[in-house]
Amino acid sequence: MRERLLRPIFFVPALVLLAAFVVYPVVNTVWLSFLSPKGDFVALDNYAEVLSQPEMVDPRGFQRGFPYGALIHNFMWLIIHLPLTVHLGLALAVVLRGVRGGSVIKSIVFLGMVTPMIVGGIILRFMFDGSIGIVPGIVRLLGGTPHTLTAYPETALLSLILGSLWLWVPFGMVLYSAGLETIPSEVYEAAMIDGASPLSMFFRITFPLLKPITEVVVTMTFLWDLKIFDVVYAATMGGPGGASNVLALQMYFYAFREFNPNSAAVVACVLMLLTTLVAAPMMIRSAREAR
Amino acid sequence: MRRKALTALSRDALAWIIGLVWIIPFLGVFMASIRPLGEIIHGWWRFESFTPTLRNFIGAWNHPAAPLSQGMVNSLKVAIPGTIVPLFVAAIAAYGFARFRFSMKTYLFLTIVMLMTVPQQMIAVPIFRIMKNLGLVDTPFGLVLVHSAWGIPWILFFMRNFFSTLPIEVEEAARVDGASDFRVFFQIVLPMCIPALVSSAVLQFMWVWNDFFLALILIYSPEKLLATQRIPLLRGMYHIDWGVLTAGTIIVMLAPILVFAFLQRYYVKGMVGWVSK
Repeated sequence: MRERLLRPIFFVPALVLLAAFVVYPVVNTVWLSFLSPKGDFVALDNYAEVLSQPEMVDPRGFQRGFPYGALIHNFMWLIIHLPLTVHLGLALAVVLRGVRGGSVIKSIVFLGMVTPMIVGGIILRFMFDGSIGIVPGIVRLLGGTPHTLTAYPETALLSLILGSLWLWVPFGMVLYSAGLETIPSEVYEAAMIDGASPLSMFFRITFPLLKPITEVVVTMTFLWDLKIFDVVYAATMGGPGGASNVLALQMYFYAFREFNPNSAAVVACVLMLLTTLVAAPMMIRSAREAR
Repeated sequence: MRRKALTALSRDALAWIIGLVWIIPFLGVFMASIRPLGEIIHGWWRFESFTPTLRNFIGAWNHPAAPLSQGMVNSLKVAIPGTIVPLFVAAIAAYGFARFRFSMKTYLFLTIVMLMTVPQQMIAVPIFRIMKNLGLVDTPFGLVLVHSAWGIPWILFFMRNFFSTLPIEVEEAARVDGASDFRVFFQIVLPMCIPALVSSAVLQFMWVWNDFFLALILIYSPEKLLATQRIPLLRGMYHIDWGVLTAGTIIVMLAPILVFAFLQRYYVKGMVGWVSK
């Protein structure tokens, strides 16, 4: 019986750390987002104010081009980066399966995954540099004028979005590769006997069986795109003139450059609302399955 | 038959093109790091003259404003305890979740799992204030505490899943023989889950080593900055000093690359294991 009374000790260290350094700060940030800088409770006024700032949403962008504001930039990141990551991740996994030297190539691709994202941002800046970078180098080879692509408002965000494929597609590839290995070869043999073409086998067998993996890749990429920070910080610092600014970076600017914790809290809460909405279904399901 | 050989060949070619696309940026970084700036300023792929040198690495290692030698030591001081503490704390709790019965268990577990989705920005301002009040701002210990708390949800989730796959009979037999919960955990369960612990440790170490945001907020004294924080400082004042900067990125990447090279199997297992069951 004494035994049972000691059992809470298993949980105490973890719960104390979580409560002090995760749960309390989260609650505190939510609370801060409802307060004016003077400390009065103003409900949703901060939200209305912050979301109407040009650095968050800038409707003028739709006439004149970048910047569109951090929130819109994050949505652009999602719209472009998410589908490309999922498709390229799957394509790479399929192509590299059973190819001579496939595991070597996988290791190379995977290097992008273990790269610190702050280094990833520097490498993207390097790749897009007007004189030294490979991408403008190719532009020159094709007869164009090479620019530092990250230094112009029209191309800064798009170069980062497309460049970050190089950093994040490996994640999709690894998961899909692992998923492909779990599909038993008898399934394909049976389909082959029935006279199925490789293409219909892919769409009728491979893809449906990989659905759980796709779900994970989509969710994790969604989160990655919403939380993107280091890459932008290192490559452009959100510039030029806010043309590649994103939510996480704007939060940092509000909190630690303008010393406005309330506006920063609003951005953080918007970010968390989005990530929670996206991730909740997957998290709840996997926690249930684990039972 | 010939068509088949042709498809195989084109698939091989495609695979190697993919490999090439992925290695070119690293190759560029490597080339820029071992050559003087004057030689690569019109593209690192030009080899009219080629004089390999270690000057850039020495420059980054002993950089006047942000020496990476100091940064690497500081990063290790955070990454090693920042891996061991949450691993231990989360593994114990995970065992409790896998084996003990108590009310509200599912809700508590679900809440902890949901914490995995919290963006770091959500804790930034309060965590700075808390650390300031505790006198731990700008100390490695404060950062270790935050990383430990931050790592718990996913390690707990991962380890709990692992514990529930272990056969319970051995533990029950030990209990019948009068072993306490703690003895069962430390002497029987823990030795059985070393592979899972290594997987978690590898992922957590990479995560802490690669982190930039939390360090950026909590550590600001020049001599205390971590390795990742020093990277942006290596850029140079008036023009980007690509040689030193790329050499610096390679030095910082050494830790994750070494861990990856030796423990790739565990890394991939950890990655795949906790996102798909």
